[in-house]
Amino acid sequence: MGELVRLVWGDRQVSWSDDSGGTMTEFTPIEAALGGLLVGTGAVLLMALLGRIAGVSSIIRGVVFPVSFDDWSWRAMFIIGLLGAPILYGLASNTPLRFDLPQSTSSLELAGAGLLVGIGVTFGCGCASGHGVCGLSRFSARSVIAVTVFMLSAAATVFTARHVLGG
Amino acid sequence: MRDLAALLAGIVFGLGMTVSGMINPVKVLNFFDFAGTWDPSLGVVFACALATTAVGYHLVFRFDRPLLDETFHLPIATNIDRSLVLGSVLYGVGWGIVGFCPGNLMPAMGLFHNGPWIFVGGLIAGLAIARYAQMRLAELNSATPGAA
Repeated sequence: MGELVRLVWGDRQVSWSDDSGGTMTEFTPIEAALGGLLVGTGAVLLMALLGRIAGVSSIIRGVVFPVSFDDWSWRAMFIIGLLGAPILYGLASNTPLRFDLPQSTSSLELAGAGLLVGIGVTFGCGCASGHGVCGLSRFSARSVIAVTVFMLSAAATVFTARHVLGG
Repeated sequence: MRDLAALLAGIVFGLGMTVSGMINPVKVLNFFDFAGTWDPSLGVVFACALATTAVGYHLVFRFDRPLLDETFHLPIATNIDRSLVLGSVLYGVGWGIVGFCPGNLMPAMGLFHNGPWIFVGGLIAGLAIARYAQMRLAELNSATPGAA
């Protein structure tokens, strides 16, 4: 376990470590269920109010490559909401947030993984939120294929990194 | 009004990512590590989010239009093509290296650790490169009739 860095908001704090590849994380079914309910509620709110799919990659694309101000501003506000959420959580709760990066993740790996995700979501037309949550709940065949493929691909990557290359 | 509604939806969505622990990329990676330190949490988050959205969408789509817009903006593509499959393969590899997808990356950026901010730099570069490639491919396809 690497050195813990702490970020403090008043007396609330977040802790993270940069050296935790293959580290156990506790199975937290209650928090997971509550979190899933909130993620789903956020997606339903966006559809009910704005008629939009809560696909985070597509929303980011619209912020980076704007079509019109009208189309840009709601996307930017959604992203600000996402960024602000852990800060609100930190201010409202006393529970420290854990945040770990995989073992000795270099800046190059972070940027490279980001690059692959950026290219992948463009050609694949979506990510875990767009295809996984919104697409599957609309019974989209494209989303079923996309989710199956990226889940298998992610599992193969984790297996290779941790058990073949021995990360 | 639309902007406020989007902000609210973003906060609720982001709180879900935060509360569930998905803001922690190692917890995401552990879901995929069946052969090692397996943590089923992501599966529970996914199942609950899916169930909530399926029921919620079902109710929402009984109306003709969303509250603050003229129409629902839904994807129209239905074909399964090479682009969808190859793109999803690349996305899965990127997701599996660090444990960030756009959905948990954005709330993680709110923690002001440099990791997610470096990742988002790569992500934006990837979006730009892929956008350029898509435009070139479209030009090539229109220039050579009959090519797939």
